[in-house]
Amino acid sequence: MKSHRWYTPWLLLAPPVIWVLVFSLWPFINTVVLSFTDARPLQPVNPVGFAHYERLLTDEQFRYALITCLIYVVVCVPLLTIVPLLLALLVEKNIPGIALFRTTYYFPVIASVVVVALIWGWLFDSRGIINQALEWMGVVDQPVAFLVDRWWLLATAILLTVWKGIGYYMVVYLAALGNVGKELHEAAMLDGAGAVRRFISVTIPSVRGAILLISVLVAVSAMRVFTELDILSNGTGGPGGYDMSIVMLIRQVGSGLNGNLGYAAAISVALFLLTLVPLVAIALLNREKKAKVPA
Amino acid sequence: MSLKTEHPVEEQQEQQEQQEQQVIRKDHSYRRKGSGDFSKPTLAGLIGRYVLLTVVLLLVIGPFVWQLSTSFKGPADDLYTFPPNLIPTDPTIENYIKVTDLIPVYKYAWHSLLVAVGAVISSVVLSLFGGYALACMKFKGKFIALGILVSTMLLPGEVTITANLLTINSLGLANTLWGVFLPGAIAAMNVLLIATACRMIPNDVLDAATVDGATTWQRIRHIVWPNVRGMASVVAIFTFIGQWDDYLWPLMVLTDPNNYTLTVGMAYLNGNFSPDPRMIAAGTMVALVPIIVLFSVMQRFFFNGVQEGAVKG
Repeated sequence: MKSHRWYTPWLLLAPPVIWVLVFSLWPFINTVVLSFTDARPLQPVNPVGFAHYERLLTDEQFRYALITCLIYVVVCVPLLTIVPLLLALLVEKNIPGIALFRTTYYFPVIASVVVVALIWGWLFDSRGIINQALEWMGVVDQPVAFLVDRWWLLATAILLTVWKGIGYYMVVYLAALGNVGKELHEAAMLDGAGAVRRFISVTIPSVRGAILLISVLVAVSAMRVFTELDILSNGTGGPGGYDMSIVMLIRQVGSGLNGNLGYAAAISVALFLLTLVPLVAIALLNREKKAKVPA
Repeated sequence: MSLKTEHPVEEQQEQQEQQEQQVIRKDHSYRRKGSGDFSKPTLAGLIGRYVLLTVVLLLVIGPFVWQLSTSFKGPADDLYTFPPNLIPTDPTIENYIKVTDLIPVYKYAWHSLLVAVGAVISSVVLSLFGGYALACMKFKGKFIALGILVSTMLLPGEVTITANLLTINSLGLANTLWGVFLPGAIAAMNVLLIATACRMIPNDVLDAATVDGATTWQRIRHIVWPNVRGMASVVAIFTFIGQWDDYLWPLMVLTDPNNYTLTVGMAYLNGNFSPDPRMIAAGTMVALVPIIVLFSVMQRFFFNGVQEGAVKG
């Protein structure tokens, strides 16, 4: 029995397939090709070989952007892997009113980064409520330059990312915890294990997969940071552009009528390779673990 | 009747026993469902839990509430006193009107709404078609289609953003809302999500419909759609939030302040006018409130969808 004409599935699948080809696969190939040329808008294109990649190695601006992103990754990964797990355990049990808490904890996730960054800008302003509170408590005499100093700006942006991301990863953990049986906890309890012991010996091993997944997701998205730093620094990337992220640099280099598209493409390729690192690392880690199990 | 009158004592005893049993069951609630839970919280534990929940709640909504309060403060309100005034002493809605002197906030919100609603419609409809074909139809080359869809899922959008801008420019869509909307009209991820939901529909049901002469369109409309509505609402929520909140892509595409979406407009307001914090607060609330309301209304679908996804792995 024939339930459909041969071309029907292709008609149905055409839009998503064409979209992926036109807006993901083709631009990716185009990016790689452009990175070996001196392309600029409205000008003839000449191949330049690896010149842009050589420039990456010595470019001071790229080095600062790389450092900013690596700090972002190193600080965000542990915080956004551990705190959401604790929060998920807190809201896991169905006690009265818990839906309200869960929903509210998700508000920072659904708010735009732009909105949150503008709120942050007001909270951490030199005369903002945080500085007022610190001065009132006598912790500091002068307002802290949260949005002006290179390191404070980075710390404020990271705090924003963490605050905004906790709810998202909490929900991922909730889904993972839903698949963990109660029996293990009961058995551990009968054996006299306390809450901390059960957390370490039962909860963590049973959500190990989610922990690995989340640490990769956090690492990749931290590498791609843009909006937080852009809004908090008013698009400047902080004093001297030291707080510019890689994506900010791509935009700065590649946009405008005289944008260096070739070099921007080379930075884009570098960003892509950097986002692959955590994925490869986790794949290797998983294989090692599997190899150990039979022994 | 006669039997009962002959053995009144026995009957009474029986009744008494039954009553006793019922009483026993009432007292020993351990027989009830779920009562075997060892981790049943104590009262102190429960109170501690609520205290912690409330502390986190304050940390989460505190910044939003402070911004909301600032947006309603009049010129006579001192923004910089400490301890702060959470309730405005000179409450006003003026800020929501005055902010339009600097940037057309409501026009920008309309632009964001157009892009977001457009993307929701195209995503849901086209993912439904694609997901159905992928999950429920047999055809040659399915793996090629699947391969293309999956191929770029690990590719961050930021990597291709320069090249995508070249594509949009060459299509003549630079500086238009169409240019903002087009690349996000469908996402491979959404097609795969709907396909997962479609796989839960028994094949027999679809076959039976085919035998009864239902066309592909009728099968999608009357069998598939009612079954995947939950997943479709997850796709819709995520798409709306993603488009409404997006910043980098509209920032690249839109060069004329007349065409800005809300996020780009807010960044423009913040960067170019160094305005009164009250006005920024009003603008951020215009961007924030619709999405909070939408999510609160839809959150039931959302958390259900997340759990469904977990079970299906």
